[in-house]
Amino acid sequence: MKGKDISMHELPIMESILKIVLKHAKMNRARKVMAIHLQVGKLSDLEDEWIQRYFDYLSKGTLAEGAKLKIERTPIMVQCHACSTSYEAEMARMGELVCPTCGEKGGTLLSGREYFIKEMEVQ
Amino acid sequence: MGDIRLIEVKEEILADNTKLAEEVRERLRKTKTMLLNLMSSPGSGKTSLILRTAEGLKGSLRLGVIEADIDSTVDAEKVAARGIPAIQLRTGGFCHLDATMVTQGIDAMAVNEFDLVIIENVGNLVCPAEFDTGAHKNVMILSVPEGDDKPLKYPLMFSICDLLLVNKIDYLSLSDFDMAALRGRVLALNPRITILEVSCKTGAGIEGWIDWLKGEVATFKGLK
Repeated sequence: MKGKDISMHELPIMESILKIVLKHAKMNRARKVMAIHLQVGKLSDLEDEWIQRYFDYLSKGTLAEGAKLKIERTPIMVQCHACSTSYEAEMARMGELVCPTCGEKGGTLLSGREYFIKEMEVQ
Repeated sequence: MGDIRLIEVKEEILADNTKLAEEVRERLRKTKTMLLNLMSSPGSGKTSLILRTAEGLKGSLRLGVIEADIDSTVDAEKVAARGIPAIQLRTGGFCHLDATMVTQGIDAMAVNEFDLVIIENVGNLVCPAEFDTGAHKNVMILSVPEGDDKPLKYPLMFSICDLLLVNKIDYLSLSDFDMAALRGRVLALNPRITILEVSCKTGAGIEGWIDWLKGEVATFKGLK
């Protein structure tokens, strides 16, 4: 082990968020970004605390410095491949999916892995 | 302090990567080069599988390899030592490859000279699942010593793959790995996935993997 075997994909994701946020801040002639509302699917392993830390690190010296990230976790939705019912699944039980309507095992993932910037509060 | 205004953004964060990944797929469709993204935990046998694959495809398909490693060239050296054309990408601390890095890889190799390019992604079951690399097919390896419970812990990885190779089946007699339970869990997540059992050490099952590859490449090229 070289001490580098850690999850680092927060960084590129946070760079993308910052890029989009700054683009919209500029388009709207904002002076400062106060808060950003994000929707993150429950299948993502990004932790809220780290999302904020990486964002703080990357946004230093920009209009978005100090912005608070408000993260909403969106549910994991699965569609049964037998009866087409859509239902919510839990991350920990993804390998044991059972349709609540017909009892069929397994299904197709409809959502739960998204990263979406909904809106932001600016001055 | 001025009034706070609310701005609608409504943008998908990974949209740039998804768009670039589509471009990679399209570009390689034109050169008829199938790109395969190989993912697994560290030590489950990605490099050994690539060596076996090169052997199995000799004389039938032209194989190129894109190696991704956080900070070393160990794997690329092993592969290149067998005469397999390989490009090394250092991810510089990142735990996965994205479409930008893959673009750099295919820019650096004459892709039109290959029928199949395998990306050896960074050893990790979490992050590589999140990023579209631009590959036409996603394949993962799970090795027997890792345990049959992994689909419960890393559902996203199992749900995005076209094929799962269960490697190191030569260890089965020494472990309590339950193949039927594994198959049930994986198929519940992803009913379309193909599951093959192999041992890169003994060569068991490798023929089935080579046949699958040849079939997929033929379909991709429109020969079948």
